[in-house]
Amino acid sequence: MANVEPRIAVPETASKGDIIEIRTLINHVMNNGYNYDREGVVIPRWIINTFFVTYNGVEVFRSNLQPGTAENPYLSFFTRATESGTLEFTWLDDDGSVYKGSRSIAVT
Amino acid sequence: MIKTNSRRDVLKLAGAATLASLLPSGKSFAQAAGNVVVIGGGFGGGTVAKYLRKAGVNVTLIDANAGFVTCPFSNTVLGGFGEMRQVSHTFDGMRRAGVNVVTGTVTAIDSAAKRVTVQGNATPIAYDRLVLSPGIDFKFVGTAGAIAGYDEAAAEKMPHAWKAGPQTELLRRQLIAMDDGGVVVMTIPNNPYRCPPGPYERASLIAHYLKTSKPRSKIVLLDGKDTFSKQGLFQAAWTALYPGMIEWVSFSQGGNVARVDPATNTVFTDFGQHKGNVVNVIPPQRAGRVVDLIPNLATGDYCQVNPTTFESRSVPNVHVLGDACVAGAMPKSGFSANNQGKVTAVAVAALLRGQAPVAPSMINVCYSLVNPDYGISVSSVHKIGDDGTIISVPNSGGTSPAAATAEFRKMEADYARGWYASISNEIWG
Repeated sequence: MANVEPRIAVPETASKGDIIEIRTLINHVMNNGYNYDREGVVIPRWIINTFFVTYNGVEVFRSNLQPGTAENPYLSFFTRATESGTLEFTWLDDDGSVYKGSRSIAVT
Repeated sequence: MIKTNSRRDVLKLAGAATLASLLPSGKSFAQAAGNVVVIGGGFGGGTVAKYLRKAGVNVTLIDANAGFVTCPFSNTVLGGFGEMRQVSHTFDGMRRAGVNVVTGTVTAIDSAAKRVTVQGNATPIAYDRLVLSPGIDFKFVGTAGAIAGYDEAAAEKMPHAWKAGPQTELLRRQLIAMDDGGVVVMTIPNNPYRCPPGPYERASLIAHYLKTSKPRSKIVLLDGKDTFSKQGLFQAAWTALYPGMIEWVSFSQGGNVARVDPATNTVFTDFGQHKGNVVNVIPPQRAGRVVDLIPNLATGDYCQVNPTTFESRSVPNVHVLGDACVAGAMPKSGFSANNQGKVTAVAVAALLRGQAPVAPSMINVCYSLVNPDYGISVSSVHKIGDDGTIISVPNSGGTSPAAATAEFRKMEADYARGWYASISNEIWG
């Protein structure tokens, strides 16, 4: 899908042990496969089917999205700030596209 | 010679027939005796008070203020072509109609003993039926759903101006003080909130002022949702009248506001930040706090009511209408509250006489100005659906046409002014 630029918000800094909120939003039509176009033809299913996040290589969040998910999925979650490093975000599209983003965090 | 009735006469006759069928006539007027206390003298409460007097009911109207300043048309003040006195009303008209007006803050309501205590008054006011039309209050810091950093002190720096009055004047002063080339940031909440098209009318009229006086300035709208009332009409008007001046950031483009910092006039969205020379925060809302004085009256942010009577679904003899109630498909608008006020007055008068209330039909029209000579509107007709909630009548109502002449837009702007003059005269005149 063209022009997909996920939005990601991660605190730039945190104290070790803090619970931090991570927010993400990706623009996607999320066609559920049950709707018809003006000619009566089924609009094929086309969704982001998987989203996962790693923190210094360790997976901290995963979600398998289903056709009932509304367009432009906004997902936020909480995790514990353990060490300085990088969070990697990955979205998998039905059409085989992979969208990625990353943010670094300084933990003191 | 055959005299043809003018349209106005026909309407008068229709009005008379409707009133005759709904209100008691002759002797039965006296039988509607009872004491009703109305809290809130705005579009809803003011209408209830006026119409209950027409039914011969004793009415006490309590309002914290000595008069009422309307949100409708207050955006014309921000646009620089309206004045506060034009949207400010006293309760003198209420008094002339025989309403007992009490100015003061309600501090306690005993819904079992049926009495209301007003600050500074030792003796509580007894009622047979209580009508609450308190409008909205804001979710400030400390309330679930509030914008972090936005409290009453922050509102003195970043005005909401979503209750008209001193806040409107503050925002106007800030706009006047801003230099040409400045940025006005407006934040808009997710539904439900008071006056769905209001923020976009405001953006339009601020743009009108800036175009006239500070043409290098910009307006950024940070929105908690992806679609809005009369969206196509507004956006077409912005392109035509204010090209490049208004930037709308929708929810899915990162427009949702998480936090504000009044010290630096910065708004933090979920994914970015915007600094404004003027920042107008329209915060998330809830029913006016007076509803908290009665346990279980509110369910969540607003109050559930029976739409035939606007009586609370949880507390007997207490009616809630206007912005504070859940009115199904009816928007939180002044016109909705006015319609609901008439329905409530008729229902309360019937209940006091021991009669069964009649299921109502209601209407709503919201006019918006995008400049002084360019008006657009949305209208809807409502009834009670099979599920017992207020629904929109299928295929009723609609919006102004997408393509229209300048004369047509001008005509709708005049209708808007006519609407305001007549509804405010009906309620406060």
